[in-house]
Amino acid sequence: MSTRHPLHLNRRQIIRGILATTAFGVSSRLWTGCTPNTPPSATTPATPTNSASTGAVKPITMGFIYVGPKDDYGYNQAHALGKEGVSKLPWVKTVEQANVPETTEVQEAMRNMIEQDGATVLFPTSFGYFDPHILKLAQEYPEVQFFHCGGLYVDGKHPKNVGSYYGYIDEAQYIAGIVAAHTTKTGKLGFVAAKPIPQLIRNINSFTLGARSVNPKITTQVIFTGDWSLPVKEAEAANSMIDQGVDVLTCHVDSPKVVMETAEKRGVFCSGYHANQAILAPKGYITGAEWDWTNVYSRYAEMIRDGKTLMNGGISHLVRGGLKDGFCKLSNYGSVVGEAAKKDADAAKAKFIDGSMVIYKGELKDNTGKTVVASAKEYKQEDPELEKMNWLVEGVLGSATS
Amino acid sequence: MIFTEKWRTTLEKICIPIAALAVSLVIFGVFCAAAGANPFAVYASIYKAAFGSWFSFQNTLIRAAPLMLASLCTALPARLGLVIIGNEGAIVIGGLSAVAAGLSVQGAGPFVVQLAMALAGIVSGGVWIAAVGALRHYRGVNETISSLLLNYIAIALLNHMVGGPMRDPTSLNKPSSYPIPDADMLGNIPGTRVHFGLIYGIIACLIAYFLIQRTTFGFAARTVGGNIRAAKIAGLPVGKLTLIICFLAGSCAGLAGMVEVAAVHGRANESLNASYGYSSILVAFIARQNPVAAVFVSIILGGILASGGILQRAHQLPDATVLVFQGIVFLVILFSESLYGRLAIFKEGVKPQMPGQNLKPQT
Repeated sequence: MSTRHPLHLNRRQIIRGILATTAFGVSSRLWTGCTPNTPPSATTPATPTNSASTGAVKPITMGFIYVGPKDDYGYNQAHALGKEGVSKLPWVKTVEQANVPETTEVQEAMRNMIEQDGATVLFPTSFGYFDPHILKLAQEYPEVQFFHCGGLYVDGKHPKNVGSYYGYIDEAQYIAGIVAAHTTKTGKLGFVAAKPIPQLIRNINSFTLGARSVNPKITTQVIFTGDWSLPVKEAEAANSMIDQGVDVLTCHVDSPKVVMETAEKRGVFCSGYHANQAILAPKGYITGAEWDWTNVYSRYAEMIRDGKTLMNGGISHLVRGGLKDGFCKLSNYGSVVGEAAKKDADAAKAKFIDGSMVIYKGELKDNTGKTVVASAKEYKQEDPELEKMNWLVEGVLGSATS
Repeated sequence: MIFTEKWRTTLEKICIPIAALAVSLVIFGVFCAAAGANPFAVYASIYKAAFGSWFSFQNTLIRAAPLMLASLCTALPARLGLVIIGNEGAIVIGGLSAVAAGLSVQGAGPFVVQLAMALAGIVSGGVWIAAVGALRHYRGVNETISSLLLNYIAIALLNHMVGGPMRDPTSLNKPSSYPIPDADMLGNIPGTRVHFGLIYGIIACLIAYFLIQRTTFGFAARTVGGNIRAAKIAGLPVGKLTLIICFLAGSCAGLAGMVEVAAVHGRANESLNASYGYSSILVAFIARQNPVAAVFVSIILGGILASGGILQRAHQLPDATVLVFQGIVFLVILFSESLYGRLAIFKEGVKPQMPGQNLKPQT
């Protein structure tokens, strides 16, 4: 008679199982968390009540693809909110898919949206979707319009049915810098950054310039974590900067959640990015640079409803905008923000909106003392020179070459 | 008598994984019901999105292709008794070296470029995992931990190379290497949208099966896996076997990285690190480290992954649903491993019965 129970596991099997499972769990993306259900009502806005008025218009099916979870309090959430917004339009039907990596998987996601859901307009929102994935699918489906967030379209080189859009969110960062300068007591600001790429460096510089427009002694400490989503490193960076006396933190990573929560826990102030994070730091949240994709997507939807397309030239291939055009906005000021800060910030905002504000005008030095913008020289927001930025402005502590 | 014995073992090897898959489907159904979706509708959607038509089956095959090659990185060393999970690192390193090689022989004609890329991927991935084997054999370092940590080193190396020495200055906001010209890219299998990586995967799995099961080399490797002390007494070169098997394992994953670069991305950048390595560990475990079974398991897992989109778009399930499913499958399969040789119906002297009816140990 065998004494072993049929379901008995020997020790080696248990150890091996636990080891492998832990390794798999830790290293895979299982921990990135779930996205809660979208109530079906939000995704199917074409309710019978308003179908009568729009009966003549054929619904436009728009597909949205995000690289991460859509409740990341960051980049993807901003786009998902934009999708929620545009789906309220009665003539728009939307489909979405989250956590799609930048591999053949995104090609398949686009293909399925086109073939199975009948999508004619696609918004694959991650920067890395563009080359080669969007370009490949755009050639295959010339009648479908692909709009990509990031602004890489080159006329003559890329297919006619590809367009790109992006916003000058550094304008909002400039104003956040003004608010931060009024809030800080130590004169030290902190910036948790992902990678030293131009888009991101521009945000650091604009934030610093905004702060130094209030008080030229202020410095911004920057730490590059090296990747878009490294929660542990982001927390370490935030903590070490707070230990050094930084008392206002902001960031440019995919999900600002960790930075905001760390700042709140340590009792310092923070300024958000991508989406509104006030809920994560009710005490210390001062303001934040947010995207307003609802506005952008709704305008695209209107143009498409009116028969304009990328192919017939009705829609521009490169769409850009800042505060004035409603591409970005500021979070509501937190309770700790004083009257003087609000006044300065609102004044700067008014100047952005009437177009008289230029952030990058000479003379500007970088943080090694080299002149990077000559005196009397002005770079307007749309200047391509700014898209190649690889220097950190005077007052930033850190280096852009990681 | 020997014939029926063999027949029973084979049946056991087939029935247990299938039963485990069925159990995980049931658990997943409970999860779906809890998340507010009809489990049967979800099953139907998964089937339709994965295997329902030629259109969707191609989607499955596209996802299965890199998994087959990468799964060998876990499956081969497992025959030696090593649990290696450094697949992701070997893929990344293979892809990175493939780009470097492809760019250095640029203009030499598509065939030469592809050959150079493949060789670079194979050799670099092989050396990467062989290092794990060497650490294990000569220094006694736990191979699971060291291979996992090497993944992080590989990813950091990739980021450093594409952000520094290999960076194409025109890739402003997404640091990448210079691109491989379109003419030198690996194409699709004619008449499909599946790239040639699928064929490479199937061939590599068949070769690996033959090597392990039908050669003296494979027999020696299995002996080491069975009892390392006995193997040493029998005079088998354990160190050499460990290094060779680890090299072969890594070279398969390295080739998977080369295929990703040569057929999909055309350049090296952070997209190379897309978690295929981790999914392929699952493939190797479900296949019980059998290379031929890995082909079929890859296709099933590819199907599961392919259905991730429809779960979100048609059932409004969270985007992590497909990962939950994958996790459930992985756990159930791991625990089903303990049932081998324990179920009475697969033993001599008991008439075959329906699984689950008689779990009593045989006297």
